[in-house]
Amino acid sequence: MTMIFGVPLAVLSGQLLIGVINGAFYALLSLGLAVIFGLLKIINFAHGAMYMLGALVTVVLFDMMGVNYWVALFLAPLLVGAFGILIEYFLLRRIAGQDHIYSLLLTFGVALIIQGVLTNIYGVSGLRYSMPDLFKGGINLGFMFLPYYRAWVIVVALLVCFGTWFVIEKTKLGAYLRAGTEDSQLMQGFGINVPLLVSLTYGFGVMLAAFAGVLAAPIYSVTPVMGSNTLIVVFAVVVIGGMGSIGGAIITGILMGVIEGLTKTFYPPASSAIIFLVMVVVLMFRPNGLFGKEA
Amino acid sequence: MNNSVNPADIHKVIVEQQKAQDRKKMMVNGVLLLLLLAAPFALYPVFLMKILCFALFAVAFNLLFGFTGLLSFGHAAFLATGGYTTGYLLSHYSGLTTEVGILAGTLAATVMGTAFALLSIRRQGIYFAMVTLALAQLVFFFYVQSDFTGGEDGMHGIPRGKLFGLLDLENNMNMYYVVLAVFIGCYLLVQRIVSSPFGQVLKAIKQNEPRAVSLGYNVDRYKILAFVISAALAGLAGSMKSVVFQLASLNDAHWHMSGEVILMTLVGGMGTLLGPVVGATFVVNVEYQLAQGPLRDWVDPILGGIFVLTVLAFRSGIVGEIQKFMKKNLG
Amino acid sequence: MVGGAQAEISNNTVKIGYLADMSGTYRDLAGPNGLKALEMAIKDFGGKVNGAKIEVVSADDRNSPDTSSSTVRRWVENEDVDMVAGMVASSVSIAVSKILEENDRLGIISGSAASSITNEHCTPNHIHYVYDTYPLANGTASAVVKEGGKAWYMLTADYAFGHSLESDVRQVVEANGGEVIGAVRHPFPTQDFSSFILQAQASGADVVGLANAGSDTTNAITTASEFGLTQSGQTLAALLLFLTDVHALGAETAQGIQLTTGWYWDMNDETREWSDRFMKETGVRPTMVHAGIYSSTMHYLNSVAAAGSDDAQTVRKQMMDTPINDMFAKNGKIRVDGRMVHDMYLAEVKTPAESKSDWDLYKILRTIPAEEAYRPLSQSKCKLVKM
Repeated sequence: MTMIFGVPLAVLSGQLLIGVINGAFYALLSLGLAVIFGLLKIINFAHGAMYMLGALVTVVLFDMMGVNYWVALFLAPLLVGAFGILIEYFLLRRIAGQDHIYSLLLTFGVALIIQGVLTNIYGVSGLRYSMPDLFKGGINLGFMFLPYYRAWVIVVALLVCFGTWFVIEKTKLGAYLRAGTEDSQLMQGFGINVPLLVSLTYGFGVMLAAFAGVLAAPIYSVTPVMGSNTLIVVFAVVVIGGMGSIGGAIITGILMGVIEGLTKTFYPPASSAIIFLVMVVVLMFRPNGLFGKEA
Repeated sequence: MNNSVNPADIHKVIVEQQKAQDRKKMMVNGVLLLLLLAAPFALYPVFLMKILCFALFAVAFNLLFGFTGLLSFGHAAFLATGGYTTGYLLSHYSGLTTEVGILAGTLAATVMGTAFALLSIRRQGIYFAMVTLALAQLVFFFYVQSDFTGGEDGMHGIPRGKLFGLLDLENNMNMYYVVLAVFIGCYLLVQRIVSSPFGQVLKAIKQNEPRAVSLGYNVDRYKILAFVISAALAGLAGSMKSVVFQLASLNDAHWHMSGEVILMTLVGGMGTLLGPVVGATFVVNVEYQLAQGPLRDWVDPILGGIFVLTVLAFRSGIVGEIQKFMKKNLG
Repeated sequence: MVGGAQAEISNNTVKIGYLADMSGTYRDLAGPNGLKALEMAIKDFGGKVNGAKIEVVSADDRNSPDTSSSTVRRWVENEDVDMVAGMVASSVSIAVSKILEENDRLGIISGSAASSITNEHCTPNHIHYVYDTYPLANGTASAVVKEGGKAWYMLTADYAFGHSLESDVRQVVEANGGEVIGAVRHPFPTQDFSSFILQAQASGADVVGLANAGSDTTNAITTASEFGLTQSGQTLAALLLFLTDVHALGAETAQGIQLTTGWYWDMNDETREWSDRFMKETGVRPTMVHAGIYSSTMHYLNSVAAAGSDDAQTVRKQMMDTPINDMFAKNGKIRVDGRMVHDMYLAEVKTPAESKSDWDLYKILRTIPAEEAYRPLSQSKCKLVKM
């Protein structure tokens, strides 16, 4: 058996694949944050809570109305996205133009409220959600057993990431978005409803988080606090990529998944620290992150 | 009225006003001091000490956030480092007197603060907040995994010992006055720093960093010094807290604690001297009272609500709003 | 002094403080439903002890030892609370027990897992009632090894609690002729366990032991099921798993897992009768912690009545002298170190076919007698145990 630093090659390949899967997941989550920061300059500390809402709504829709996974995949992000638009309209709009820090503090407060209220309703042990039948089981790749669901996660997450990147960076709609948020007066003059654009953009970023939540529902314990720690990790990913860089968030997400996976193999105790370590090092050499524009 | 005003008169009036203001300030401070001295006879000493420790923590944080304009999202690391260091030393070396333990805790936080500062100081705005958060997370993971902290169990039974080997701190009253003295000392120190030329430069950096640079100031050095002082005082707060409660726990190292100190400062009024003290008193009380009342299951959402309300409606905080009100109505 | 039997009940009131995590990570373990169990006990007792009234105050511990110690100090120093019940996070339990010792009041800890509570942190003022990590590790590990699971791979939460659980398991496994062939320490908390499950699969061990708790354990079990760990012939052994966790996982995911528990709602008519009443109040089935809060409160009140006093040491002695026989424990005894020792049960999670309802989750495989289950006093580091 081929060994690399005392780890069999087969095991290593498995870990790499797992890393890419988790990375795709991180990419999806950090993408939403990057969209919201890049276009709106809002530091969305409620992103973890929105991710949680996506998962929770999926479970609750199923329990109360028998809504299945496929419908939830669309419905849950829409519902949570609409909720995000309400938050933007009633709260975030009032501090537009202030220092970014205030958006961080405001959304942090919002997250505390959402998590606290839901904890009182749903408890913290976790809500049961079964894997959709189609995804039960998996294939043996020789070096590892790959559950079908993980394969699905990687495909769909990457598709959504690429689609978002394409729309924002390569289409006319994206150009409007970027221009509208950068120079709102000018665009307002062209007859574009900038406040609506802002609401929709925030709602879209939130939808991405909720979408990740739906993907998480069958494989992770769904609780009102599941987003709290994820938030911090995802923030680190976005910062490493360069706040606001859409492509940067995607690439860094995958990269960090792999790096974390390798750490879990070679030195597990450091695996939760590694992303923060990378962040400190990256920012020492590149103050605006790997793909950030010069400030 | 004569239209030509003698400049000397204007100067006189200003000086008089300044003096009157100073007198008013002195009076307010005098009354506050008397209240603090009398407080333990009416209220619970241990709870008062908790408020004082958090007030010091918030004052330390505010020096950086309110006066220098740097939002650190990692101050929990200093609070916890102070607490664990002091706790460990006092528990394991019975020969140490309490003040040595507290000084050692403060020193450890200072060293850590210097490292944080060197690594983060050149980052701007949100990047600065995120680097400090990342560093504090690394510290948190270290404390979780280390056996000397007791992990989830925490560090317990830290002896309070005797101050200078003489004053028995097991007595809550003695302990209270020691904590009060340290707190007042630190408060005056921060007051002094803020009004000193050094403090003026910090304010200038906060208002307009490029201008401060063009005036020839070595901005980084000023920022580093402010960071290190802030970390040291935060560590001192943690050290005292561990002696007061005779325990140190992971809660102090968690990033929620870094968030809580922001809340305290913001609610009280950032950039004011008294603000963080008022804010810490408010937040600690809200948390304590709510946790025992009929709303005890709802403390987190209520704290969240306070966050939201402050950011939306009272951005200057309690003290800031009062100051604004006074200025508007009392000239 | 009023004279008569209640003369020694201070203020003619027995005041109980209920302190638990009401809003955080450990909420479902004791939390608001634990308070319901406590109130049930008071109601069943009759609402008065020897004519003295029974009052309850409650607080959220915020999972913070300093908030908890402020609260408990106020309770005992200003509000004359006689007994503090509940308590989950070990940091909270240890901090509170020190304050109770200073003020000579009584604490009955029902939620905490740490066996250090009655070992190096024991005091003459608290009782650890429901369970601790020693019987959990001991019961599950020895049973699994005896059934042929000789080679173990440990998945350990990387903090003091996980480390001590792992070392307990190691001892038991080796003492029974098994071997721990590998271990991986995962950060606390971890959401994605796939990488660790993969390592466990590659290890070739018979048994994968989970030395973690709460959402770490449920996440690990979910991932193990997704990656077909059990299909590939490995057994999962969870060392700390509550009914609420298994309920969240569901029988399909959790089936076949062996675990040790101090109590289960569906063991006999007595437990079922009480659980039905509890479910009417709360809408859920009780965990062993809920049942323990009820039982310990009842035992406390009975002892106050018998001793005619609410003085901590008098009541504690009375509680130690009277064996506990109720729906929670048969012949349970409180030892000098404060440990309540009672029979524990080795359970296995039912398959979906066996499970007839949402909460029909365990089958009890065997009873672990009290004296086998708990750490013997001869190994105790407690200062109250004189050799």
